[in-house]
Amino acid sequence: MGLKPLTFVRQVLAACIYPSLLLDDSLPHDVRKRAQCLLEECGSIGSYAPMTGIRKVLLSVSEFITRRDGIVSNPDNIIITSGSQHGIIVLLKLLVQSEGSVRTGVLIPVPCYISFKKALTAQGAVAVPYYLCEEEGWTVQIKELRRALHAARGHCNPMVLYIINPGNPSGHVQSKASIEEVIRFAAEERLFLMADEVYQSIVYGNGREFYSYKKVLSEMGSPYSNNVELASFHTISKGAIGECGLRTGYMELVNIDPEVMQYAYSLFTINLNVPVIGQIALDVMADPPQPGQPSYALYAQVRVEIFLTLMNNVQRTLEVLTGLPGITCQPIMGGVFAFARLHLSEAAIKHAKEKKLKPDFLYCLRLLEDMRLFASPGCDFGQEEGTYHIRMCLATPEETMEDVLQRLKSFHLRFIKEFP
Amino acid sequence: MSIIVCEMAENGLLHHGKVLTVDTMNPNVKRVEYAVRGPIVQRALQIEKELKEGVKKPFTEVIKANIGDCHAMGQKPITFFRQVLALCSYPELLEDNKFPEDVKNRARRILQACAGRSLGAYSASQGIELVRRDVAQYIERRDGGIPCNPDNIYLTAGASDAIMTMLKLLVSGEGPSRTGVMISIPQYPLYSAALAELAAVQINYYLDEEKCWSLDVSELRRALEAARKHCRPRVLCIINPGNPTGQVQSRQCVEDVIQFAAEENLFLMADEVYQDNVYAEGCQFHSFKKVLFEMGPEYSDKLELASFHSTSKCYMGECGFRGGYMEVVNLDPEVKVQLTKLVSVRLCPSVPGQALLDLVVNPPQPGEPSYGTFIKERSHTLEVLAEKAKMTQEILNQVPGITCNPVQGAMYTFPQIQLPPKAIAEAKEKGQAPDMFYCMKLLEEKGICLVPGSGFGQRDGTYHFRMTILPPTEKLKIVLDKVKEFHQSFTEQYS
Repeated sequence: MGLKPLTFVRQVLAACIYPSLLLDDSLPHDVRKRAQCLLEECGSIGSYAPMTGIRKVLLSVSEFITRRDGIVSNPDNIIITSGSQHGIIVLLKLLVQSEGSVRTGVLIPVPCYISFKKALTAQGAVAVPYYLCEEEGWTVQIKELRRALHAARGHCNPMVLYIINPGNPSGHVQSKASIEEVIRFAAEERLFLMADEVYQSIVYGNGREFYSYKKVLSEMGSPYSNNVELASFHTISKGAIGECGLRTGYMELVNIDPEVMQYAYSLFTINLNVPVIGQIALDVMADPPQPGQPSYALYAQVRVEIFLTLMNNVQRTLEVLTGLPGITCQPIMGGVFAFARLHLSEAAIKHAKEKKLKPDFLYCLRLLEDMRLFASPGCDFGQEEGTYHIRMCLATPEETMEDVLQRLKSFHLRFIKEFP
Repeated sequence: MSIIVCEMAENGLLHHGKVLTVDTMNPNVKRVEYAVRGPIVQRALQIEKELKEGVKKPFTEVIKANIGDCHAMGQKPITFFRQVLALCSYPELLEDNKFPEDVKNRARRILQACAGRSLGAYSASQGIELVRRDVAQYIERRDGGIPCNPDNIYLTAGASDAIMTMLKLLVSGEGPSRTGVMISIPQYPLYSAALAELAAVQINYYLDEEKCWSLDVSELRRALEAARKHCRPRVLCIINPGNPTGQVQSRQCVEDVIQFAAEENLFLMADEVYQDNVYAEGCQFHSFKKVLFEMGPEYSDKLELASFHSTSKCYMGECGFRGGYMEVVNLDPEVKVQLTKLVSVRLCPSVPGQALLDLVVNPPQPGEPSYGTFIKERSHTLEVLAEKAKMTQEILNQVPGITCNPVQGAMYTFPQIQLPPKAIAEAKEKGQAPDMFYCMKLLEEKGICLVPGSGFGQRDGTYHFRMTILPPTEKLKIVLDKVKEFHQSFTEQYS
């Protein structure tokens, strides 16, 4: 979408790919040191990596988690994945019984980004939707979780609770109290928790902070901290580092039955062969340049710039959207999307029905055709019956964001004139 | 205090076990095993750790001849590939005079084809279009002009990813109508592991060890007929050049297999990742696609085929990049839609891997600055492998009790070992497969890590091991001598 990669990461990668670059001074000293260290670990980036990941990278990741949470993380519980999607898919392979009379049910938020739903279907799990509360800013409601769970028990075996924090597409960041509630619920109802935290580094403040499920779980103490089974997911695809194409992430497993882990390793071996290049980028994400090192200034500067761009985009988007009649948007606390509600007129809905299209799909189709702007319709993500939404990505340079918003604005005003 | 205890007891937190146990997890996972990284490798890693800690052993290093990891064994990467990829990763290097013009042009071309001109952006799920077009052209050149449609090319994270995806698509049904998949014995254990994970029925067809591991259609027929009683055979998998066996199938054999698959209405999966690794005199790689089309429309219009290739083997050996592709032929259009959807779930394959694949199918041409070095490096790597293949076969065949078929291609040798009955008995007592028992002892006594034949499948009552021919020549010679010594002493010990 036009955001630049972080120089330090790319320099390290280049040096690891073509080690001759280490022989001269063209690259900063800290880049060369990091590349050398990583090359010593893995020999060549052309080699297969060890099963759960390159040891040094696992250590960096565990130290990163330890610093983030203030609670010691064990590298043996960390598995490097080919991106969070892939990690999720492989974990589902472990968790889901897809045959026989009782299939595994997985609680999934509504709205939820598309790939996860596809992954559930691909693995033969039963999706058990629980609705996030839009009026309260897309919060997780325990009452609703309970309703969904009990309804599901008739036709599947609900065993897993999947939660995205910060939310995609919702942009909601859970409060600590909310996370505690969810953990207690999972413990009471005996559910395996899958916490998708890929947007953890993109939180916009306003009194809201990211708390990891691992941290809150640990702080709740016994009997929760030593019993609730949790898998947390993170990735290099999001955040300031944004290296989606390199396909790398990690999952941290908590309280998993050791016997299950034995079998899990075979499964991981055949399913998880993570590109070494990606693992190197992960090492940089977990262990970035520090103050005093030559690359620090540029690294810190670009990170700040990216973050300011995102914050600007969030602000402008909310300004423009809430200024338009027929559009409302909950506060965007984190992540890189705006998920706005379209209050479409009866005329528009009728028109869509005539065309045999869902109303928000029609809206987005027209938006694309008329303004060459691509936004995703809420029907792709799931929503309350009779409500319509669109999702827009905010991870783009400020000028592009302005362009997007202007196009949306002029389209929307024409659309509501056409369908009053 | 007691109130809290009651509450917890009521909630069952104290009494219930885990949510995810061996009984509640996906039952198929229990049957997944992958010998190449299995228990013997775990032990090898442990021994390496012990050596590092200063524990005394009868050897100073563990030589890991278990996995086809070329670079780990000292094979040099191709300079051109690494230069282009470095430039793609850090485009500022395009200003650097160290790099030849053709390297720079190639990097620019690839970046241009990437979203946001960056390796860091998601690509289309099926793979970058430019790369798929280049792959299609590579296949056309390789196969003497037989057309290849880029839409039938799927870029994947190594061939393993493609193989698992296709199998996932192919496996269905229940009970007697559950999909059966024919695989060669011996086979590369990714297949058996994938079939276990998918709860497909594995149908074994035996390669003929007496005839240099060749494939006999009558054996295919036998296996198929027996299988029809308890499953629905739909797929025939073949690895050519073979892993672990190293045989390169003759043109006639490839035709026979195609004919058989057509007659019996089987989907053909051709694993051709070792297509450049052909060493023996008189042997040649014949792609299934090429032979299929040369057999005429009666076959080429109908037979459903998926061929697989990868950047991990041949002369590139870039296992860590996870680059690969599959070409699908005659796939039902509706199924193709589903396949495209299936691959979209994991978003896209590694973009650097796709970039590398582009270079592999589109290497330097005569006249270009990098051509000379490229050809030298490629030839050298392949020549050395050929020499090592020959040496391995010769040395092992000198050992009484070891018989080794010629290593015609690929990267492995799979010799048969005679084990004394006493050794077999002791192994059985320990609950170990006899060749696992042998390999474990070889590891403990000589520090050499091989994979027992039981991990790949073999005829009952026969024992083998798989060894790679990748270690540098001098080291390989040492390994072979140690294996020789070990075999002799083992035979004596248990006679």
